[in-house]
Amino acid sequence: MPSLPDMATPNVTELAAGRRGASRDMLAEVPDLKPAFFEWLCRMGDTTLILGHRLSEWCGHGPALEEDIAIANTALDLIGHTQMWLNLAGEVEGQGRSADDLAYLRDAMHFRNALLVELPNGDIGRTLMRQFLFDAWHHEMLGRLEGSAVTEVAEIAAKAKKEVAYHLDRSSDLVVRLGDGTEESHARMQDALDILWPYTGEFCTGDAVDAAVAKAGIAPRPEDLRAPWLAFVGEVLEEATLDMPQNGHAQKGGRQGRHTEHLGYLLAEMQFLQRAYPGAEW
Amino acid sequence: MYAQMVKSEPTDRDPTPEEQAFQARIDAGEKIEPKEWMPEGYRKTLVRQIGQHAHSEIVGQLPEGNWITRAPTLERKAILLAKVQDEAGHGLYLYSAAETLGISRDEMFEQLHSGKAKYSSIFNYPTLTWADIGAIGWLVDGAAIMNQVPLQRTSYGPYARAMVRICKEESFHQRQGYHIMMKMARGTDAQREMAQDALNRFWFPSLMMFGPSDKDSVHSKQSMAWKIKINTNDELRQRFVNETVPQAEFLGLTVPDPDLAWNEEKGGYDFSEPDWDEFYEVLKGNGPCNRERLGARVTAWEDGAWFREGLTAYAEKAATRRAASATAAE
Ligand SMILES: [Fe+2]
Ligand SMILES: [Fe+2]
Ligand SMILES: [Fe+2]
Repeated sequence: MPSLPDMATPNVTELAAGRRGASRDMLAEVPDLKPAFFEWLCRMGDTTLILGHRLSEWCGHGPALEEDIAIANTALDLIGHTQMWLNLAGEVEGQGRSADDLAYLRDAMHFRNALLVELPNGDIGRTLMRQFLFDAWHHEMLGRLEGSAVTEVAEIAAKAKKEVAYHLDRSSDLVVRLGDGTEESHARMQDALDILWPYTGEFCTGDAVDAAVAKAGIAPRPEDLRAPWLAFVGEVLEEATLDMPQNGHAQKGGRQGRHTEHLGYLLAEMQFLQRAYPGAEW
Repeated sequence: MYAQMVKSEPTDRDPTPEEQAFQARIDAGEKIEPKEWMPEGYRKTLVRQIGQHAHSEIVGQLPEGNWITRAPTLERKAILLAKVQDEAGHGLYLYSAAETLGISRDEMFEQLHSGKAKYSSIFNYPTLTWADIGAIGWLVDGAAIMNQVPLQRTSYGPYARAMVRICKEESFHQRQGYHIMMKMARGTDAQREMAQDALNRFWFPSLMMFGPSDKDSVHSKQSMAWKIKINTNDELRQRFVNETVPQAEFLGLTVPDPDLAWNEEKGGYDFSEPDWDEFYEVLKGNGPCNRERLGARVTAWEDGAWFREGLTAYAEKAATRRAASATAAE
């Protein structure tokens, strides 16, 4: 039934050589761009990796068979995106690290995922609310990245966006149904929203890395995504009869390597075999 | 598979003309479809068998799901996730097939959760190392295929068609599992040790998957006449051993049976019977993981109640709103 993600990722030597001449020149001419570009790719890949991992924890434990399958499917898509982003990251870095090396052999301080995705799943309502808040950003982001100055980024985005459009349809639909379902489902969804809301600010807060890749035309400025994200989220929440939280404080730091306590445990589990049996092939 | 000890509903009286006509259709190789007349015993036996099979797919997600978060590479993680998702899909096809016989999925869940309906004994064994994921794909999916390939020709149309879809995916699973075993058997010493240990633990439980010998069972005779069972348990077990032993040899692993020997005369291996006392204990609920497996399913169902109720409530509200706006428009 499910299709495994396409493992083939374009080669970044080609990226540097530039099928669109712009890419090559850019990496050569902007001396600081490479580390920033690498960092930014890790932010993309780590975020999809950690969320895919969290979702995979549901496998076999979903509230309905159809939901179990759909969550696994989303997780599978996100792991596929991870392979593409982290492969590209490894190639841009140029130190010979593969996507697996990056995923399995870095410790928490070197992970660059947003905090939202490392939070424990909670009940299915919180998992779905987190998914919705993320999907809305992810879809908007990938839409912009389709126009990236770097061909490989544009290609990954175009591929991922098709899947993410479906994720977003599904998560928005479920947020509406559960928000406007029973008293209990409404209360649980509102509770999830209130808990997760402070972790959404990070997605739309840029730093020097974001500024550098934005300047090079690789990615949009995170701040530019805020208005469209908020408009979309607001519309869905209204239909779901849920109140948008007024708390404007943003929990951030994940994208710079400062995480919650939860990530260490997640990595201990995820990286166990690679750490316990260094150099083994699986 | 997965349906190890299905009691059929044999009759001890002479068949009615209707029953005779039904049997004649089956003998002629015709498929029976949902709306058509069928003996009550045929229907009940099928519900039990398909139900057991469906429950096995769903409970079977758990031992492998246990390693999704620890899969050693991104590719392995994706493959395992896809595999376990396939098993959920198999459950879905099979519940749908059973529903055509007049039982709902919720009723079947009820029977699973109360312990009334069974699932395959194999899923009550723990997955202790990554090699177990290889062993399960290779041996457990392998045994499933052995049983399910003939069931593609079963007399009940929806069941046969579900089997066709399922078998395709099961053979992927088996190859992927074998590939994991190959990597480990040819890997480091530690990996080889895990691979051998997995085979040691899963060999006999895999042989149990075919169920105890049923060559003298009335239940089996009736099920075979109805073509909802195609081969005896012993035939399938023998076939499985014959195919699997050379695969183990190719891996350089040792099948944990000192009495295993090729028998030229029968053109197959002689092998030791599994410990059937252990099998009956596992069926009774005393396997190493029975409580955890069933407990996990019950918890998932109970924790999901508010979710399912929420969706139902929304659907009702939406229907009311649609009706109201239709009235307003008149
Ligand atoms: Fe299956
Ligand atoms: Fe099966
Ligand atoms: Fe399978």
